[in-house]
Amino acid sequence: MYRIALQMLMGDRGKCLGMVMGLTFASLIMTQQPAIFVGLMTRSYSFISDLALPDLWVMDPKVQFVDDIKPLQDTELYRVRGVRGVQWAVPLFKGILKARLANGTFQSCNVIGLDDATLVGGPPVMLQGRLEDLRRSDGVIVDIDGAQDKLAKPSAMPGGQPTPLQVGDTLELNDKRAVVVGIAKVTRTFQSQPVIYTTFTRAVSFAPRERKLLSFVLVKAKPDVAPVDLARQIRAATGMAAYTREQFAELTVDYFLKNTGIPINFGVSVLLGFIVGAAIAGQTFYSFTRENLRQFGVLKAMGASNGTLLKMILLQAALVGSIGYGLGVGLTSLFGYAMRNTILAFKFPWQLLVFSGAGVTLICVFAALLSIRRVIKLEPVVVFQS
Amino acid sequence: MATFIPAVRCQSVTKSYPVGDSEVKALRGVDLEVQPGELMMLVGPSGCGKTTLISVVAGILDQDGGQCEVFGRNFLHMPDKEKLNYRARNIGFVFQAYNLLPTLTAAENVAVPLIINRTPRREALAKANEVLAGVGLGERSDSLPSQLSGGEQQRVAIARALAHGPRLVVCDEPTSALDHETGRRVMELLRGVALAGDRTLIIVTHDERIFDFADRIARMDDGRITRVATPGQEREPS
Repeated sequence: MYRIALQMLMGDRGKCLGMVMGLTFASLIMTQQPAIFVGLMTRSYSFISDLALPDLWVMDPKVQFVDDIKPLQDTELYRVRGVRGVQWAVPLFKGILKARLANGTFQSCNVIGLDDATLVGGPPVMLQGRLEDLRRSDGVIVDIDGAQDKLAKPSAMPGGQPTPLQVGDTLELNDKRAVVVGIAKVTRTFQSQPVIYTTFTRAVSFAPRERKLLSFVLVKAKPDVAPVDLARQIRAATGMAAYTREQFAELTVDYFLKNTGIPINFGVSVLLGFIVGAAIAGQTFYSFTRENLRQFGVLKAMGASNGTLLKMILLQAALVGSIGYGLGVGLTSLFGYAMRNTILAFKFPWQLLVFSGAGVTLICVFAALLSIRRVIKLEPVVVFQS
Repeated sequence: MATFIPAVRCQSVTKSYPVGDSEVKALRGVDLEVQPGELMMLVGPSGCGKTTLISVVAGILDQDGGQCEVFGRNFLHMPDKEKLNYRARNIGFVFQAYNLLPTLTAAENVAVPLIINRTPRREALAKANEVLAGVGLGERSDSLPSQLSGGEQQRVAIARALAHGPRLVVCDEPTSALDHETGRRVMELLRGVALAGDRTLIIVTHDERIFDFADRIARMDDGRITRVATPGQEREPS
């Protein structure tokens, strides 16, 4: 009977294609949009992820997310170092400074100042130069995306291609000279601004004069101390906020989820994809069943049970659902692959496959239920009506 | 001594349909007995209850009152599943509009009742080809219904009704959509092939040209059987 069900489905190519297209669309929207959303959310804490070495981040208790800088007094660093269980603690500067480009325009940059002695908190991957080169006079390391794009030297010819910033080039940060000593690969940030690494002292000298310039204290726990316990001790001893990497990333994501319209925007897109997909697939499937009611009536008259017909309809729904889901997920993967080296945020974890699979299953069940109700209520006597 | 069991025995069968606030009495106490191996025709004006009666006999419609037994079994006393199985094994259908599944080949259509009766597909198709050859369509087993003429489609429908070896075949206006010559050939087929092996046929028809093929003709009017006669008696004035 299942083969008959499939033959009935495949025999009506137009409707079969309509259902597959509807489900493909739904599956595509339900994976592609959340993948961009997840990509954006991942970028919101990419700076935290890139700093693998420290166990804890210590900051002003009012900080709400990683870019919400509320500077500390320099003395806070020594208070943290005094807490039992701290193996080492180093300062970190993080701030937005303006870089002046060769054509006179300005570009906001994310400037990271690393502890002068240890350079803890440097970029995860160096493409050119070495991290130690930061000790050279006026040295800065620029991220490759910024170097090739927003910090690139404009062409002398109107409409010409800009030249990527290279090791040895100079730029001005807040009217102070900086020399590029290295190019690094970092995870793109939420704002997609260029990231510039330098030493803490130099970063502070680039920054406008302020009383407090210490953004974070990065802490390593002693081997026998659990970071979570140490965070608790630091909070108790200093009154500052102390988070593990995961806690700080979670705090950052929570901020974006609660205080921006991003989740609502993407949520609406996903909901629309679901509704449109459900409407197209449900309507087409219902119409397909309605046109085949007489055939279902014939099968009923000949002794096919409601259970058999129900399984036939579910199989038809499952088949179009599987094809549509596969095509949708495949298109999303292709989209992600095509966009892998662009500014677009895209992350496609396996959970999204489950999410969209559940969505498509829901649509198929909805579409099948509409049809099943009609077929179950169908009186086989309909076959004698001409 | 074995008890004689008629193929169909209806006693005082009644059936009404609700129409708006009122109801239409389609059957008003039908008494009918059809013997095994008999070809019984049900004739009468439109709306007299013929189709309702064969629907009740075939177990696809429950009567409101009276008794209707098919080979001694009363559908009303059977659980749903048993009723389905009994119908699937013992009853074949031929419809006015053929009702072939358009996306299945002739052989696949004929195999459907066998598959419903859980015959393995390969075996069902082999049997279907055999039955199709029996109705003269051995060469057209791979054709889709849309590639067949009306007469050929009706022969496929007859093959489908016979493939699983039912003891009773109910036919609703099997010749009404066919021209006279094709209609006669279909009736010859029904008479020759379908009646083989003590099978019983009940045919609903308006087509007086095929009355000669019947063993007996039951005339219906206004929900009742008014006369049961042989074709010869039917031609005489009552």
